[in-house]
Amino acid sequence: MAYKLLGKNFTPPDVRAKVTGKAKYAEDFRVEGMVFCKLLLSPMPHARVTSIDTTDALAMDGVLGVLTAEDVPAGQGAGEVILTNNPHYIGEPILAIAAVDETTAADAIERVHVEYEPLPFVIDPLDSLYPGGPDAREGGNVANARVALQSIKWSARDFASVEEGQLPMTGEPQTEWEYGDLDLAFADAAVVYDETFVTASNSHHSMEPRSAMSYWENGKCFVYGSSQSQSFVVPGLAGLIGIEVKDLVYIAEFCGGGFGSKGAAYAVMAVPAHLSKKIGRPVMMRITRAEEYYMGSNRAGFQGRAKIGFAEDGRITAIDMYVVQSNGPNTGFWDYTEAGAAVSICYQPEAMRYRGIPVLTNTPPGGPQRGPGENQIACAFEPFLDKAAKELGIDRLQIRKINAPDNDAIFNGEQSPVTSAYQKEALEIGAEKFGWEEKIRLSGQRNGSKVIGIGIGQAYHSAGAAGFDGLVRITPDGILHIHSGIGNLGTYSYAGTSRIAAEALSYDWENCVIERGDTRKHLPWNFGQFGSNTSFTMARCYHAAAMDAKQKLLEIAAAEFGGEASDYDIADEVVFATQDSSKKMTYAEAAQKAIEMGGKYDGHETPEDINPMTAAAVSGIAGSGLVGVAKDNYDIDAVPPALAAGFMMIELDTETGMFEILDYTGSIDCGTVIHPQSLATQIKGGAVMGIGLATKERIVYDPQNGVAANVGFYQAKPPSYLDVPATMEWAAVNIADPQSPLGTRGMGEPVMGSAASALVSAISDALGGHYFNRTPIVTDMIVNALAGQEQSHKPLQVATY
Amino acid sequence: MSKDMMPMFELYQPTDIGNALDLADKFGADGWKVAGGQDSLDWIKDRAKRTKVVIDLTRIADAGLRGIRETTDGIEIGALTTLTEIEENELIKERFGLLASAAAKVASPQIRNVGTIGGNVCQDTRCWYYRSGIDCYRAGGTTCYADTPEAMNREHCLFGADRCVAVTPSDTGPALVALDASMVIRNADGERVVAAEDFFIGPDVDIERMTVLQPGDILTAIRIPNTWAGASFYFEKVADRNTWDFALVNIAAALRINNGRIEDIRIAAGGVECIPRRMTVVEDIVRGSAQDDETATLAGSSASRGATPLNYNHFKIPLLENLVTRAIRDA
Repeated sequence: MAYKLLGKNFTPPDVRAKVTGKAKYAEDFRVEGMVFCKLLLSPMPHARVTSIDTTDALAMDGVLGVLTAEDVPAGQGAGEVILTNNPHYIGEPILAIAAVDETTAADAIERVHVEYEPLPFVIDPLDSLYPGGPDAREGGNVANARVALQSIKWSARDFASVEEGQLPMTGEPQTEWEYGDLDLAFADAAVVYDETFVTASNSHHSMEPRSAMSYWENGKCFVYGSSQSQSFVVPGLAGLIGIEVKDLVYIAEFCGGGFGSKGAAYAVMAVPAHLSKKIGRPVMMRITRAEEYYMGSNRAGFQGRAKIGFAEDGRITAIDMYVVQSNGPNTGFWDYTEAGAAVSICYQPEAMRYRGIPVLTNTPPGGPQRGPGENQIACAFEPFLDKAAKELGIDRLQIRKINAPDNDAIFNGEQSPVTSAYQKEALEIGAEKFGWEEKIRLSGQRNGSKVIGIGIGQAYHSAGAAGFDGLVRITPDGILHIHSGIGNLGTYSYAGTSRIAAEALSYDWENCVIERGDTRKHLPWNFGQFGSNTSFTMARCYHAAAMDAKQKLLEIAAAEFGGEASDYDIADEVVFATQDSSKKMTYAEAAQKAIEMGGKYDGHETPEDINPMTAAAVSGIAGSGLVGVAKDNYDIDAVPPALAAGFMMIELDTETGMFEILDYTGSIDCGTVIHPQSLATQIKGGAVMGIGLATKERIVYDPQNGVAANVGFYQAKPPSYLDVPATMEWAAVNIADPQSPLGTRGMGEPVMGSAASALVSAISDALGGHYFNRTPIVTDMIVNALAGQEQSHKPLQVATY
Repeated sequence: MSKDMMPMFELYQPTDIGNALDLADKFGADGWKVAGGQDSLDWIKDRAKRTKVVIDLTRIADAGLRGIRETTDGIEIGALTTLTEIEENELIKERFGLLASAAAKVASPQIRNVGTIGGNVCQDTRCWYYRSGIDCYRAGGTTCYADTPEAMNREHCLFGADRCVAVTPSDTGPALVALDASMVIRNADGERVVAAEDFFIGPDVDIERMTVLQPGDILTAIRIPNTWAGASFYFEKVADRNTWDFALVNIAAALRINNGRIEDIRIAAGGVECIPRRMTVVEDIVRGSAQDDETATLAGSSASRGATPLNYNHFKIPLLENLVTRAIRDA
């Protein structure tokens, strides 16, 4: 249908401040009496602090105080802690010192004398699974965000029963599921592959480090933080500080990148609040680039093995997969289970078994990174389709279309349905835009030492949640205030989805204001801005709130002019009687009337099912206008998927291993397109990150002393401007999702995995079908493959060059 | 581990060379001389190396420390000349395009705008163990952490290991060796001129230094003779990224080609040894031969002779061979 705002480009309200430098990020704030703190970080991957002597440090001029693990809440299980005397990774904060300036604080840190008792540490999960192998934590070697700390060891027989370089599949998993008859489905296969693979752990590289500033005033704690989310951060952060939600003022108007690592409250964010309380001064904590690499969290790495069967026609009959996750030392994230879900939905096998285990490692904490699990598994699995296509004589696009999920798709252990899925269409429109038919003919074409490679990739992420609140308000000046608690990750989905409220209320965008970035702006309970969910979740919330506002407009008009609410309608910011055009009032007039009527109309009464945070927000604005507030109670009985396809053409130099990306097209099935320009930016930005995931980024640790090699941008190597194509193309299916009010659902994550796997595919194509079973595929690996040399790393080795 | 927080230091900003040499002499090893600062400030900020005194050379207005000028037998480049200025200089592009090409591949445009040619040849190695502030041989300790049974040494050397396995990170270094440049060095006692080839030193000579420069010395200029002006050149850098990255291997070659025959050649590689590795064996094979695939391939295969790969860097062998082959074939 034709929309007034949806599907049209606009300039999100925070863009100007960002490009002019006026935007204030956490470290830009200054308040009266503010001082700085610096952290003392663990130099060891696993240790116990046996003594701390701060005498010399505290004696320095300008030093104001110290905060240690004793001053902050203790952690539970494998959960992350604010400060610790039992560090589990290099760079874990031990204590903080406040001083009048940052240099003094850093100098004081160097005068703290800490003694450590080194403990056994582990970088490679398989070392920890081996009988008698080291554990990354006291009390166990397996844990996750939804899995209690426990100990799981495999037997020596498990390890001995496989060939060198193969992942054992007989060891005990932490979780597993299965559907269909696996044996029968493998028997139906014309070809079966059995491959061991590794996907490296990599850093988030958030441009803005996780700095924070905090002070206390009139019983409330103020925190200026760096986070993707707004309301979702508040309960967690209040808990870390040890206060009630109502006593926390959280300001996070801009976020310089999080990519998943700043979705919820994180422990170090609470350091300035605790230190400020202790010394009675506002405290600024500026996290440095190196610190960001130590504690800014990593995507989990995988050591995996998959058996995959293809029928003669290319249909995938059976998949048996096992994933061992390098979890980091804390609870981390459930990449490993997401990987099983992604494989299940993307390839729709007749029968599938999934097993996985998250193993604790003394490496940076694991955290969700754009497409956690889904994007790295895409890099491992998409090459299998290329291999089968070649062996079975099927076009590589065709074999993906044959297996693509549609509206009847079911997936995961629970055999969940989807709200809608058009991956076949995403592949088709992407292939059309890319020119697959013409370009595939260039595959293998040589120009001197250079050879053309053509690649195709796919990825998935769930794309929405339900049950959060929406809040809008029309003030007597006629302005629509859209109260957004989602946060500002930087994707502009906060602004795009706000337009759904405006659209539903027939508003001109010029008359809308987004209230956001500060709890004092009366923000409702919303989900976090992560997981590709905003375009679905917030669409439902805003629509529900807008419908509530609309109903109130109609009722107010009926109260003013007589008749029933159903006798009235809205258009162009006017509510009017459908049968009598003389009976009409502007939204501005209706808002004034709402204040006069009070009760539910101006927020003095609230629905019973809304979250207390939303109720508090409504009470803060009660009496100031017409309030539309509702919990998203719309039906949902399936998972909304985001499905992406990527198409890549490269030219690889067979003498240097370097390659140039000549062409990239990304396509997406994300329901109704809200904001084309923003969608295009996501597809292209996701591709840039995907290029890094596929060919550049990984953590490297010396296995002898656990020291990290990559703690700076130039060492960790996210792609540069010259490593990505100057122009990229995009396409969107643009078919409405039936369980989203205006048909929208999310898309931010799989556009990275589809690009990454397309690049992996293109490199293998350029090399005439050499599959690495490892990402990233770095220059030296390509050189070795071209020279017919063995790779330097062992097949299952992790955290390695 | 990286502290990533600039400490206090005394800053001296001499405006003439005499004053600068006095300060260098006065403070000796305690006076850290900084030009563009792209290497030095990293060290100081990370608190991996300490200094009480920083001598900022960039305000020296005399002694030809800045700019590119023609001399009777070539050109002279002030050590403070930025890499961008070198990349864009018409005289250099016309006569010594090899150096312009190498300068253009250093780091990123922003770094080239402040980074100097002097700094690029004087910069310290990028061994990640050493840069992390660990007490290795090069830092005055008694261990090389990069050369152990499990060390992560992908970016380390193939040649010339001597307790330390670090490599030269410079892109302009190999180009200057190939161009037979010489370095003008001044100290309180006067001036000396050292061939580029001898300017860089390996761990066998001094494990804590990358060049012959002593504490009181200041590199003031680089001279390039007309010997190779207008010759055929080849520069290539292989790295993981196309900008802001150090060479895995780079190659710089100057060839005098006449009627399809290579009359003379100088060729050097970076990223394979602690110094830009001049490959005289390759030069001997190539000199007097036809510029064809056979010569190029033979030269390439000879380039890796004597290489001793570490745990993670045997890829540098075919890479070096290929780059030498290309340099001779495609120059």
